[in-house]
Amino acid sequence: MNRPKHTEFKFPTHIDDYPTGPQYTAGYLPETNAGWRTFRPVVDHDACVYCLRCYLLCPDGTIIKDNGVIKIDMDYCKGCGVCAHECPKDAIEMVKE
Amino acid sequence: MTNLVDIPKVNAKNMTEKEFFYGHKACAGCGGSVAVRLALKVLGERTYTALPAGCMSAVGFIYPQMAFNTNAVITTFPGSASMASGIAAGAKALGQKDVKTVVFAGDGGTADIGFQALSGMIDRNDDVLYICYDNEAYMNTGIQKSGLTPYGTKTTTTPAGKNIPGTVTHKKNLFEIIAAHDIAYAATASIGYPQDYLNKVNKAKHIKGATFIHVYASCPTGWGTPTETSIEIAKDAVDCGLIFLAEFEDGEYKLNRNPKEFAPVKDYLKKQGRFKHMTDEDMDVVIENRDRKWSRMRKQWL
Repeated sequence: MNRPKHTEFKFPTHIDDYPTGPQYTAGYLPETNAGWRTFRPVVDHDACVYCLRCYLLCPDGTIIKDNGVIKIDMDYCKGCGVCAHECPKDAIEMVKE
Repeated sequence: MTNLVDIPKVNAKNMTEKEFFYGHKACAGCGGSVAVRLALKVLGERTYTALPAGCMSAVGFIYPQMAFNTNAVITTFPGSASMASGIAAGAKALGQKDVKTVVFAGDGGTADIGFQALSGMIDRNDDVLYICYDNEAYMNTGIQKSGLTPYGTKTTTTPAGKNIPGTVTHKKNLFEIIAAHDIAYAATASIGYPQDYLNKVNKAKHIKGATFIHVYASCPTGWGTPTETSIEIAKDAVDCGLIFLAEFEDGEYKLNRNPKEFAPVKDYLKKQGRFKHMTDEDMDVVIENRDRKWSRMRKQWL
């Protein structure tokens, strides 16, 4: 698994359900960040040259390399617009949600 | 010692697909999270991560959420380096060979509060990579001045007004203070030059002993910049000469970037809300300080 997925939070009902430390296990993500977004990135796949600058610079790591095509994990994209601003081909556009 | 020239370069094409800092709650466009994410992608899964109080621990460990996909722990504010020393010693005692211990601390946690522990760690030459992501103030607690806040910055503890033009002290020269410990490897970087940063983290990964990287990371919330310009601002800071890219290795300083001409400082300052109040005289102080620093660096390091 390349990146952790959203997991449903179950409220602990028994002492054994609680984590041993102050956190749950690595990559335990019961909440998404999608609600933060005002603008959503939309990739123009014809203009994209797959330079991976967006992949490198996304603060949240939500750009996915998928066999030569850029995809975005909309569960965790915060809509900051770094990808669209840094794209050398202007292949990413920020569209209002 | 490994031959550092032959280590394979890590870039966007060949770096691991795995994300080790994912689903965190940092502000949109956070520069510090770019620094942490890229460093962890270079260092890989077998990394012990120690973070003092600061943005990256605040956004990564929100119970029950756990955004770090590596072994990670929050340390005391002044003791991040000593805790990392302990982790490295523990890993050695257990006979673990292919592991690295890394600290991600902010500018306050490095240059002010965590400094004596860091100094001790470098003195003992423990196998720890210490990365300081520098956003030039205590951002997590609401933008207070730190030792690395540059001249003229408006913060909540140095408000700009009739009496003072924001911060009245200059940025502490952290890189040379660290280099003065005769450390095995120290470097400065900026997230505006990501490939340079990746190379430096990769180099530090392959050096046994204490290493230090000072990475300039923008903060849209504290700097008053639009979220999408985070990377551009960090690049501008290097282009106008306020931040330099350098390395310290085998007792020698090396300037990685020595531009013939600097981009205008005023354009860089005017883009940010934290410098909006600055007058031309204030900006001249910044430029004068930059020129003095560069003439000394060029004379001594080249």
